[in-house]
Amino acid sequence: MSIKEIEEEIISEFEIFGDDWEGKYEHLIDLGKSLPMIDEKNRTEENIIKGCQSRVWLNSELKDGKVIYTADSDAIITKGMVALMIRVLSNQGPAEIAKAELGFINKIGLKEHLSPTRANGLVSMINRMKLDAIKMSN
Amino acid sequence: MIDSKHIREQFPILKKWVNNKPLVYFDNGATTQKPQVVIDSIVKYYSEQNANIHRGVHTLSREATELFEASRNTVAAFINAKVGEIIFTAGTTDSINLVANGLNIPKGSEIIVSQMEHHSNILPWQLWCERNEGKLKVLPINKDGSLQVEKLEGLIKANTALIALTHVSNTLGVINPVKEIIEKAKAINSNILVLIDGAQSVPHMSVDVKDLNCDFFVFSGHKMYAPTGSGVLFVKENLINTLKQSRTGGGTIKTVSFEKTEYVDGPLRFEAGTPNIEAVVGLARACEFMNSVGAKNISDHEHSLLEYAQKELRTISEVEVYANHSNKAAVISFNVKGQHPFDVGTLLDKYGIAVRTGHHCTQPLMSYYGIQGTVRASFAIYNTKEEVDIFIEALKKSIKLLN
Repeated sequence: MSIKEIEEEIISEFEIFGDDWEGKYEHLIDLGKSLPMIDEKNRTEENIIKGCQSRVWLNSELKDGKVIYTADSDAIITKGMVALMIRVLSNQGPAEIAKAELGFINKIGLKEHLSPTRANGLVSMINRMKLDAIKMSN
Repeated sequence: MIDSKHIREQFPILKKWVNNKPLVYFDNGATTQKPQVVIDSIVKYYSEQNANIHRGVHTLSREATELFEASRNTVAAFINAKVGEIIFTAGTTDSINLVANGLNIPKGSEIIVSQMEHHSNILPWQLWCERNEGKLKVLPINKDGSLQVEKLEGLIKANTALIALTHVSNTLGVINPVKEIIEKAKAINSNILVLIDGAQSVPHMSVDVKDLNCDFFVFSGHKMYAPTGSGVLFVKENLINTLKQSRTGGGTIKTVSFEKTEYVDGPLRFEAGTPNIEAVVGLARACEFMNSVGAKNISDHEHSLLEYAQKELRTISEVEVYANHSNKAAVISFNVKGQHPFDVGTLLDKYGIAVRTGHHCTQPLMSYYGIQGTVRASFAIYNTKEEVDIFIEALKKSIKLLN
């Protein structure tokens, strides 16, 4: 599936919650819990994305022309957001990743996580995912 | 007893709803909300009183100057200082930097801070030590958040120049026995200067700098119902002219020539440039507001909220409250076992409750407890028992969502 198609899939998945933010967050937390563990060897200082409060580890690898991301966070809500980002961007081509607009975050009503005061490192994570992809395509 | 309804009516922002819930504002340790009298004073200042001060001969300038200097009187009386001992600054951090950059102490001196200090009461001293071959010493604490006062004697040397200590811990709420510490320190070495960080004490209790016998006392306006950008540096009268200026400019001088400049004595020597006049005026109104409620009423009310919240929090088995200490101001730091404070704070926000999460600018204290951060609830005069109930309910729901 393309990035756009996966975004659409996530949007319809979140649509059922409507105004029920508790349901939405419960789902986000479940997504965080089911995110596959990052390989211990990749939980390095180098792979930490500096956010002010919660820490995020991100590892990027190129396999058959696609970027494979694995990640972890010590905060479960952040980890849920991380899981969504991986679902959308992992296993895609570097060029597609670099130009992805990721409008779904706004559409599923979680854009507050992109605000600078959230300081959860999500914005830095997206930047790092794109930067890694660009580096790999060179 | 206070009339909560009457007090809350004076704070327009408390009518606000966030995330479709009535706002429960428990982030008072970061900044308090402002009463109508303070808000009105700013509007009035710009509508009727604005002029630059200490300069003009015209009526408006004279009146603005009188207003500004009357504020200095109000603030001085508020902490039982003399008017010539009050320097207006931008806030606590600014005040501490002003002292650290102006202190007339020998190179190679030692400075003592405590394990629980806010970064703003560590970094200026660390910088001083780096630039002056000095040494920063740390007074340790116990698990309950109390200072190991008995260790003080061993830390004080002949070349100890200053102790910089917080009156109330911004993270734990613990009230330090600063008067006793000052007395003890000066008995061991009479040359020691003591700076007390009152950012978290002035909002919650009556402070008397003369009784404390501290040399410097610093606090922020915005944490005590006053506008942001207003702050105070109290300097003992006999020291104020020994403190060097780190900033200079207009308003600080008697005469200027290219060969030599003569500065004025007292507070004005440190208030270079046009000050934040309306914030200082607002600070005076905030002092009056607190006086009208009464310091004892404020601390009694907040203390009852603290006791109640701590009692309720202890009924939740997943919650760990830090600093089980009997003498605390209205600040509670806690964690939910196995959960990141960021997650707890995010969910509480969804329920309309504003708390602080993270290290609270006290990373050395976090290291001491071996944690990344905490959730901090801090109360002010307008908070109520009902709000604590809403908070506890929301916390229980958040824990359920996280598990």
